[in-house]
Amino acid sequence: MTLTKLDMLSKDTEDMNSAYDAAGGNSEVLHNHEMSSLVVSGNKVLSANGTEGIVLEKKETENGVDIKMTIQKGYKIPLPVHLCFGLIPKDGIQEIKMDFVAEEDSEVELIAHCTFPNAVKVVHKMDAKMVIGKNASLKYTETHFHGPHGGIEVLPKAYVKIEEGGKYYTNFALISGRVGFLEFDYSVDAEKDSICEMVTKVYGKADDKIRILEKIALNGENARSVIKSRIAITDNAISEFRGITEGHAPRARGHVDCMEVIQGNAKAEAIPIVRVDNPLAKVTHEAAIGCVDKKEVETLMARGLEEDDAIDIIVKGMLA
Amino acid sequence: MSYILTLKKLELCRDGKKILRGVNLEIGNQEIHSIIGANGAGKSTLAYTLMGLQGYEQNEGSIIFDGEDIAELSITERAKKGITLAWQEPARFEGLKVRDYLAIGARDNGGITEEELKDALCKVDLNPEKYLDREVGEALSGGERKRIELASIITMKPKLAILDEPDSGIDVVSLKEIVNLIRALKENGSSVLVITHREEIAAASDKASLMCEGVILRSGDPLEISEFFKNRCIPCDNRIYPLTEN
Repeated sequence: MTLTKLDMLSKDTEDMNSAYDAAGGNSEVLHNHEMSSLVVSGNKVLSANGTEGIVLEKKETENGVDIKMTIQKGYKIPLPVHLCFGLIPKDGIQEIKMDFVAEEDSEVELIAHCTFPNAVKVVHKMDAKMVIGKNASLKYTETHFHGPHGGIEVLPKAYVKIEEGGKYYTNFALISGRVGFLEFDYSVDAEKDSICEMVTKVYGKADDKIRILEKIALNGENARSVIKSRIAITDNAISEFRGITEGHAPRARGHVDCMEVIQGNAKAEAIPIVRVDNPLAKVTHEAAIGCVDKKEVETLMARGLEEDDAIDIIVKGMLA
Repeated sequence: MSYILTLKKLELCRDGKKILRGVNLEIGNQEIHSIIGANGAGKSTLAYTLMGLQGYEQNEGSIIFDGEDIAELSITERAKKGITLAWQEPARFEGLKVRDYLAIGARDNGGITEEELKDALCKVDLNPEKYLDREVGEALSGGERKRIELASIITMKPKLAILDEPDSGIDVVSLKEIVNLIRALKENGSSVLVITHREEIAAASDKASLMCEGVILRSGDPLEISEFFKNRCIPCDNRIYPLTEN
């Protein structure tokens, strides 16, 4: 594995730029040297820009890339770091191993766009280990863009450790194109005075299959967390949600909130699980599965929208 | 006088019970018309039936709107003809911004400008800078959502606005603003059917009707109708007639 300060490593990335734009990103940021960025296509690191305070180790593997990113102690990175992962061909495998460390008192925002515009038979795996150091903060947004074929497996798996006073916010969205098969598996250990917020938003269509497992263990005193999941499924799509929060310490506070909208022949299952073994901890949950709210639909129809358009606006709003 | 809405012997049954028992009513162009009556008299049911909501399809009678019987039209078709409804308890829309919500009703009228959006919010006493980019969802109070609901009526510029208790959930101080809003709708060319318990709102109407037990008992001068309601109709047993009794 090579140790590299992120700097000029750019190659021709035209295809990925187009895919990145299609995924909702702005490819200009990938070439703005005032902003950090990393572009990986298949198992190739196509480009990387860096700023002070970020150290990257990367290694191309048979099917992907191993990445170690460290935000150095005390550095507060002023602009978001943009990451772009993807595959342009219609078939292939991409395996990303990510070892991320935000050292003590550091602060960073990562914005990842994962784009597979032509996927017919693609597997995208991410295996991440993230450590949020003492009083450090990571905001991580991951937006997927898949093509219309649905022939993709997305398997993001992460273990996150939030040390004392650390903050971790993550927002995963897969609402453009077909989901294919998604198995989202995140597990978090939250220590004293830490904050964790995990949000997932997924829109499944046709025969998409969605599995979401999120687990937070509130191990430290005064640790706080929210798991928020918004899933819309239609046609013959299937979704399963497990949101687990464990309260193990005094004044730990957690909440699990899952809302799913189903249409057509779609099937949804939501299981919020709360486990508490400290009498001073408190964990709550709510879960709702149902059709789109009738009053919301009728209100928009009374403003002149057709029923399908009204439902579309309501679902997109929920996933916004 | 030409009428924007004429109801003839309008009947509606729900769960085997007759809720509207032959409503006759006429509302003129650019007329503010209040419907007053006790709880359970059928006022909101009448509003839902006029809008054509699911489960409120009329069983008998006719709804003539702008010269056309709209009995078979869907909610959307009625809205496109120029009818809209502001619910007593507005819906929540997670993730939908106020500016996008207000723009929906204006889509068929050539869209809406930023100035018109701001103006609509000012008319319901909400600061546009503070509210335009907020969500019409959980974070807003009931009163705020109510005002935004009314603002959405303003931007739609309907021929007939049906307001179901526009004052509910809004503080008494704001009653005057509601009255002003109703007058503004009229000045912009709309007819307004207001369902209300408030004398102040009824007094601002051109005409009022008293509804009891699923029928319009009488229509006329708003103050006279209000007085009659206060002095002659309380207490009202709000009885709903079973089908077999008719």
